[in-house]
Amino acid sequence: MRLQALDARLKFVTILDMDVSTESLTAGQMAELIDLVKEVHGFDFSDYTKASLKRRITRVMLIKKTDFYNLKHLLINEPSFFQEFLEEITVNVTEMFRDPSFYKALNTQVLPYLSSYNHIKVWSAGCSSGEEAYSIAILLKEAGLYEKSFIYGTDINTVVLKDARKGIYSLKNIKTHAGNYQLSGTNASLSAYFTSLYDAAAIQNELRANTLFAVHNLISDTVFNEFQLIICRNVFIYFETSLQEKILELFYNSLCPFGFLCLGSKETIRSGLFKTKFRTINQKENIYQKIGD
Amino acid sequence: MGIDENIIERWHNSGVLLLGGSAGSFKPILQVVRNLKPGFNKAVIIIIHRNKDFPSEIEKLFGGNCLLPLMEISDKDKIAKNTVYIAPANYHTLIENGDYFSLDVSEAVWHSKPAIDVTFESAADEYKDHCTAILFSGGNQDGAHGMLKLREAGSLTIAQHPDDAEMPEMPAAAINLNGVDYVLRTAEIFELLNK
Repeated sequence: MRLQALDARLKFVTILDMDVSTESLTAGQMAELIDLVKEVHGFDFSDYTKASLKRRITRVMLIKKTDFYNLKHLLINEPSFFQEFLEEITVNVTEMFRDPSFYKALNTQVLPYLSSYNHIKVWSAGCSSGEEAYSIAILLKEAGLYEKSFIYGTDINTVVLKDARKGIYSLKNIKTHAGNYQLSGTNASLSAYFTSLYDAAAIQNELRANTLFAVHNLISDTVFNEFQLIICRNVFIYFETSLQEKILELFYNSLCPFGFLCLGSKETIRSGLFKTKFRTINQKENIYQKIGD
Repeated sequence: MGIDENIIERWHNSGVLLLGGSAGSFKPILQVVRNLKPGFNKAVIIIIHRNKDFPSEIEKLFGGNCLLPLMEISDKDKIAKNTVYIAPANYHTLIENGDYFSLDVSEAVWHSKPAIDVTFESAADEYKDHCTAILFSGGNQDGAHGMLKLREAGSLTIAQHPDDAEMPEMPAAAINLNGVDYVLRTAEIFELLNK
């Protein structure tokens, strides 16, 4: 009886709420798609973690109601499709002050050190729609360091970069951001940094002024500046260890002596080589400092 | 339904034990963890819906009650037998190449991150018929699709009897989706895991 009642309720399931579960792509098909994207569009996904990439591609197929063969056709013959594809397979979910304890550690363990520099250049690598870059801007502002700071946000996805430049976020998301912000140990209110629109809020112009958002591909592009602080959180989770090492080298070469590198809370430097090139500032929050240049 | 020879054999042949649950699942999953014995020879992966603002509570509570090493999953952690892994809050947990985890921050599924579906589907892909998966109490339908995929791949799938679950929706959804080999009373689940 009870199960029947539940059965009736289950009929209200909406397709939007359902997880992706279409026909699974085989390893061979995945390899074929990766080769194709590399050859036709110059983007190399071969060292991305496979389970996650497969889930994202399956998701595109579901959204676009397309099968493997049609997907290949679109990728080869529809120039505008690739941008959409790229948007969907790269993960652009982020929050301001995601992991409040990280921002607390950044504030107490890194900013005092950075204050000794005349100019502070920050790189938010894989910045998505800019939430992390603006969180750092707020942190620097509160520490009285914003005036001498500049924050570069980079991503491979040009669509999210447009959003990052605007700095406009929905009120629903801002609620999450404000909750995180409170937990990060601040005494202020996040709303002080935003101007309200109808159902959204825009980050204040002052906090946008010292930022620049530009395309950069961590896999194929090189050093473009020297930074005191590089923040790359929840990007490495999508990369195989071999690729992580290559990018660690890029970060190492992009940091000034004794510059800081911050990874996501669940991402660790495991490479023996890089353990000798960085010292751990905060193990739990994965904050590292460049040593031995 | 109860415990028969078939379920015992399939349980013994599994290399991985997957446990999923949401509201009301904490107690039975803790009971499972408490009863795990060294030499158990399976990897245990736990996906339980949890509040991201209280990150370490479950590890503390489970860890103090477990004879096997128990850890919260970090990205690229190796998967070893005789170890209990707990999915971290605010990430989905995926299985790569059958031997390590990768994390993912993409959209919540069923308003949940970690989502049971994501890990179970990934386990079905990687481990095929080598898992035993148990879905416990919960107030939404996460896990049902994952159970179905595991079942289709030949893994053993068990739902806590909805009458025994504090919140019956979760196991009931998996049963209704035809994702479940056995519906067991909570006591029968503990009995099976001790065999």
